[in-house]
Amino acid sequence: MAAQKNSFSVALFSVLFGLIIGAVIMLIFGYNPISGYTALLGSAFGSTQDIGSVLTQMTPLILTALGFTVAQTAGFFNIGLSGQALAGWVGAVWYALSFPNMPVYLMLPSALIIGAGLGALAGAIPGWLRAQFGASEVIVTIMMNYILLFLGNNILQNTMSKGIKVSAETTKQVGANASLQMKWLTDLTQGSSISAGIFISVFMIFVVWFVMKKTTLGFEIRAVGLNSDAAKYAGMSAKRNAVIAMAISGGLAGLAGTIEGLGNYLNFFTQNGSPSIGFDGMAVALLGGGSYLGVLAAAAIFSVLKIGGLGMPMSSGVPFELVDIVTASIIFFVGASYLIKLIQKRVKAMDDKAARASQDKKAVKAAADSNKNSKGGE
Amino acid sequence: MTESTPVIEMRHIVKKFGDFAANDDINLQVQQGEIHALLGENGAGKSTLMNILTGLLQPTSGEIIINGQPVTVDSPSKSDALGIGMVHQHFMLIDAFTVTENIILGSEVTKGLSLDTKSAAKKIKALSEKYGLQVDPYAKIADISVGQQQRVEILKTLYRGADILIFDEPTAVLTPQEIDELITILHNLAKEGKSIVLITHKLDEIRAAADTVTVIRAGQSIKTFPVAGVSSQELADLMVGREVSFKTEKAAAKTGATVLKMADLEVHDARGVTVVKDFSLEVKSGEIVGIAGIDGNGQTELIQAITGLTKVQAGHVLLQGKEVTNKRPRQITEAGVGHIPEDRLRFGMEVDMTLSENLALQTYYKAPLSKNGVLQTDEMDKLANKLVEEFDVRAAGIQVTAGSMSGGNQQKAVIARELNRDNELIIAAQPTRGLDVGAIEYIHQRLIAQRNAGKAVLVVSFELDEILNLSDRIAVINAGKIVGIVDAKDTNKQELGLLMTGMSLSDARAALKEEVDA
Repeated sequence: MAAQKNSFSVALFSVLFGLIIGAVIMLIFGYNPISGYTALLGSAFGSTQDIGSVLTQMTPLILTALGFTVAQTAGFFNIGLSGQALAGWVGAVWYALSFPNMPVYLMLPSALIIGAGLGALAGAIPGWLRAQFGASEVIVTIMMNYILLFLGNNILQNTMSKGIKVSAETTKQVGANASLQMKWLTDLTQGSSISAGIFISVFMIFVVWFVMKKTTLGFEIRAVGLNSDAAKYAGMSAKRNAVIAMAISGGLAGLAGTIEGLGNYLNFFTQNGSPSIGFDGMAVALLGGGSYLGVLAAAAIFSVLKIGGLGMPMSSGVPFELVDIVTASIIFFVGASYLIKLIQKRVKAMDDKAARASQDKKAVKAAADSNKNSKGGE
Repeated sequence: MTESTPVIEMRHIVKKFGDFAANDDINLQVQQGEIHALLGENGAGKSTLMNILTGLLQPTSGEIIINGQPVTVDSPSKSDALGIGMVHQHFMLIDAFTVTENIILGSEVTKGLSLDTKSAAKKIKALSEKYGLQVDPYAKIADISVGQQQRVEILKTLYRGADILIFDEPTAVLTPQEIDELITILHNLAKEGKSIVLITHKLDEIRAAADTVTVIRAGQSIKTFPVAGVSSQELADLMVGREVSFKTEKAAAKTGATVLKMADLEVHDARGVTVVKDFSLEVKSGEIVGIAGIDGNGQTELIQAITGLTKVQAGHVLLQGKEVTNKRPRQITEAGVGHIPEDRLRFGMEVDMTLSENLALQTYYKAPLSKNGVLQTDEMDKLANKLVEEFDVRAAGIQVTAGSMSGGNQQKAVIARELNRDNELIIAAQPTRGLDVGAIEYIHQRLIAQRNAGKAVLVVSFELDEILNLSDRIAVINAGKIVGIVDAKDTNKQELGLLMTGMSLSDARAALKEEVDA
């Protein structure tokens, strides 16, 4: 409980310090931080469309952050969330376009399962390589990000039939049978690209929490991650759990990609680099401090900054790059949480000290005196 | 020696962690120039008390008086300033630094921009000569022995001007010879007017080193008295709070059918070296078989092979006649094996998980602890509460992490978990390592109770006292092979000692007979 509370205050301070650093940098470059941040908030909350955009941005971040947290619990550092998301995105869009006449109640569940499944497969491979051969999952997942990026582009450009593409670089939009967008939501948010994905994401927070904390599978994953020798002694298979944990992690990232494909963009197009939702998801997970509800709050903060930042150049002249600096500062302070804990401790110590200072000075002096005396006596 | 004001006086110290009082009204008075032993079981509250004195913890209530002045010790640096120094059980030294560099670390003297190690080294040399602490100030920590490293820790406190030195279980890591040297050093320090607090649960050392002893039990100071003329038995009884027997009484074994049969086992270690070879041994129901041997003669690998944690290269392991060779750990556990592992922190528990979760570590996947893959936390807590009660595991609740518990209570928790499953075979490797006499007695009684209930018990220990006390039959292992199997009542320490070096039984008996004749 205390640890939970502590990581919450660390996150809060990180955000605060990040914003202060951002303000200082705006001042240095001659911008007014107040109008800058006003513009940021205005662009994030100014209209229901803006709020819709923030929620759209949050949707995949929640899922990739959950994925990162699950892998971390099992003792893995899954840097391959981007590639795993991409696998889900390409697969789900391709599948949806291939069956344009499938009824929606069959199409959507199966497309989500296929997208998540492809992500799970992409996650399970590095998990298996680590379990079987001890290959570092960090390196394997980084390399797989490239493999999956170019494999995705290649499938789009060379494998998909012309009939489902509008150009060599872009697929057609998925049909209404495969779209996660909901008319009432779109109307409510004045045509933002929000979709039912946000409900799936929030629901998955509960599902992942339940699996990790309340099931025997989660118990095993935690035990293996904390002490694999004791887990082995207790009859758990470290290998099996490594593969499963990485598959769940990848599956969540794959689901994030699927929702990008079927909810946000409604198509797939040539990617110049790995989607940022993977790396941003890692940052969100770190900011969330390993807690599942923390992931929700962190994803919200992250998305407000991203969407709000888009509006800053227009209404206050602050360049978009500065928003990235603020975001980076926040992540920096999360990483430097040690520093924040230290500052908290110092402040507390200073308060206590003032009260006791006078009494203690006397005591130290007395101790020194008596030491002197006893040494003199010998 | 001035008797008037004690150097340290701790009055009515109470420290609560939640509802759990680790210190519950402790009084302690240490006079100048005395060696004052703090005796108590694991978890009695000795370390908590000293952490309060050194400023790592704040008392819930109570007073600390140093040299007659009431003080608040709210940080380690404050305790430094008051002249209190602590020599930790686990040394806090940097291997790559020299003795001098380690000692001045944190209070470096500079000459311009560079470190003034020379004058520091001179001061250290003077200190080490004064107190008989021979160490080379320019040697690297990595190159000196454990005993010398401890001297560096002592010098560190002296260098900072400590007049009160606290030693936390200082002999745990030392060889017998180094222990003797340490006791001489302690006497030297006391002679020079330093006051020493010695935390320990080893009775012989108290009698050899201390002037006065304060016994702490369950967070309370029970009694303070001079050590002279007190027997180990009296100390042990006071510490545990009842009469302790060093020897556990047991009736003659009523053996039944063979439960564990090992035949021609060969096991390799992690590097592929053969460490167990042609090993054959049987354990019957109703008997305790002890494996005696010097550390590193294949015992660890043998136990891991039987329990499925490492591969059996050749030979067979049979459990009640059924082949379990190279079965997975869970299959072996389910075939009726309880395993108290040698290294409880590495294998026996998940230190970052709760006590409740740890007590469910072997059975979490079965009803009633889980249903359709969903953990039944109520049932887990019910089991935990039952085991904590039954096996007298003392902790601040079942939701604390296992790592926060004392060693003795961790071991009791492991034993509770393994004995609760009604197994046919109990394997206990080093079941009492690092524990105090009260806990040792308790664990021995539990193991003997298992034997009396008709279970087969296999005990591995490096302690001959333990082997002799527990076993009905003793197998001596040397270089991975059995040198001899003897009846516990027909043997003694000397004979086992010779066998452990690899001498055959007939040679050992001949050698001992010669000695008697001569």
